[in-house]
Amino acid sequence: MSSRYALRFAALGYLALLLGIPVTLVFINAFDEGIAAAWSAVTTPEAQHAFYLTAVMVAVAVPLNTIFGVLCALAIVRQRFRGRAVLNALVDLPFAVSPVVVGLALLLVYNRRDGWAGEWLADHGVRIIFSTPGMILATMFVSLPFVVREVIPVLREIGTEQEQAAATLGAGGLQTFFRITLPAIRWGVAYGVVLTTARALGEFGAVSVVSGRISGETQTATLFVEDRFEAFDQTGAYAAGVVLALLALVTLLAMNLIKPKEGQA
Amino acid sequence: MSIVIENVSKRFGDFAALDDVSLEVRDGSLTALLGPSGGGKSTLLRVIAGLEQPDSGAVRIAGNDATRTPPQGRNVGFVFQHYAAFKHMTVAKNVAFGLTIRKRPKHEIDARVDELLHLVHLDGFAHRYPSQLSGGQRQRMALARALAVQPRVLLLDEPFGALDATVRKELRAWLRRLHDEVHVTTVFVTHDQEEAMEVAEQIVVIDHGKIEQIGAPREIYEKPANDFVMRFIGPVSEIDGRWIRPHDVDILVEPGEATVQAMIDRILHLGFEVRVELSLGNGEKTWVQTTRSRAEELELEEGQIVWLRADDAYRGHHAAAS
Repeated sequence: MSSRYALRFAALGYLALLLGIPVTLVFINAFDEGIAAAWSAVTTPEAQHAFYLTAVMVAVAVPLNTIFGVLCALAIVRQRFRGRAVLNALVDLPFAVSPVVVGLALLLVYNRRDGWAGEWLADHGVRIIFSTPGMILATMFVSLPFVVREVIPVLREIGTEQEQAAATLGAGGLQTFFRITLPAIRWGVAYGVVLTTARALGEFGAVSVVSGRISGETQTATLFVEDRFEAFDQTGAYAAGVVLALLALVTLLAMNLIKPKEGQA
Repeated sequence: MSIVIENVSKRFGDFAALDDVSLEVRDGSLTALLGPSGGGKSTLLRVIAGLEQPDSGAVRIAGNDATRTPPQGRNVGFVFQHYAAFKHMTVAKNVAFGLTIRKRPKHEIDARVDELLHLVHLDGFAHRYPSQLSGGQRQRMALARALAVQPRVLLLDEPFGALDATVRKELRAWLRRLHDEVHVTTVFVTHDQEEAMEVAEQIVVIDHGKIEQIGAPREIYEKPANDFVMRFIGPVSEIDGRWIRPHDVDILVEPGEATVQAMIDRILHLGFEVRVELSLGNGEKTWVQTTRSRAEELELEEGQIVWLRADDAYRGHHAAAS
């Protein structure tokens, strides 16, 4: 009995120290000067634009990474080709590389003065760095592995027999994918989408490097939080932090709601 | 429709799954591919279905070369050992799948699904999900799904292998009756010789990627082409360096022409059958199957000296042990 309680105490205490107390303090500090002050802090034009920009990041990065992630998982699990192991390892790169390095790497490729592709793009009027496209690229890079990693084990588990059965019944490749494979992996995809969304919402480092941090222009919600903090606007920083935390929380709750219950198909 | 396999070979790396196999399956027949696991029988079935491409050789279905036709174009029904049920679809949607793909009108699909569910005794299960069915029910659903598109050929890969013994026996008899009703050319894979004997009209014995013998169940049992078939199909005893069916050996209480002396070690009464275990003069052990009345007539007892005769009339052309 006592060891059972010790285990629970250790697990819950660990979570409380690392997560519970700090996040609670963010909430308390956000409303230090009252709800009205917090509300007006997150509804300034700059704040609204920052949340809008974060929404754009999510709206572009999540669908693209979902489609790519499913295709990539299919290639890794269902096909045999040279470089399959390399592809499998490369997918994890964003987990291993610090987001700041990702940002710097994007600068090297796309900066307008001497970037690998930046000069050519600049000549054709395309601006990547210090603008939304660069920030989207940074967000996509850091949130790339989640769908792939969630879908691969599910694909392995369902095996190929259902797909083969569909083929013998006359279904072509696309029909088999949309009618058999996709429904079978849908929970893996959904979970991957949720994690990708959460990661895209919270991205700071890589986006920070390529954004140029122009308030009201290239400032996402996380950059806005830092900006407010540096300007000694505690209420603004914590209130925006609360909004971000709530968005992430809603995403995670959504996942738990859509997840099939234990024992159900 | 008839199936013709011409000189088909298939390798997986260094492993020869099929080695120059040729076979003809008559229109409307019920054929078993029988052999030990890893012998190539499943690969042959998958080659017929188009799920595997042969390295060389040809597959003809109903006289047309189908070697390079993808599975979608072959119009074969395939039943997998582990059912391959579409888990996210109801039983009705599973059965309707092939018809939905073919964009048949809804009323036609509904009528056909009803008819098939009736045929496989799953009336009333239309709106259940596969997870709510037993193994036997799932396999019958898979069969209905395969039959829905009116395939030219029905292929079953160890269809009863994952089921328990009672259900397996039931489904065997049922498959036999179904074939009498539906008359579709059927090929099924099994490693169970009893199952092959009971269900099939024609048995193809396959081992090490080669066909060892093709014949009717009785022919395979009574006239095995070689030692492998002899030992794989039915029981065998070894007497004096020869393989023989244990019920083809006569027990005599006196020496006679071409007899071998032996001592009875044990007598086992298994209902109608009596199994007599013996030691030969050279110390080898063997056994003979006889009937209860014959054992009583001879008054056999343990420790008794008897003479065994593997009668030529029964022994037929049984191969000598190599």
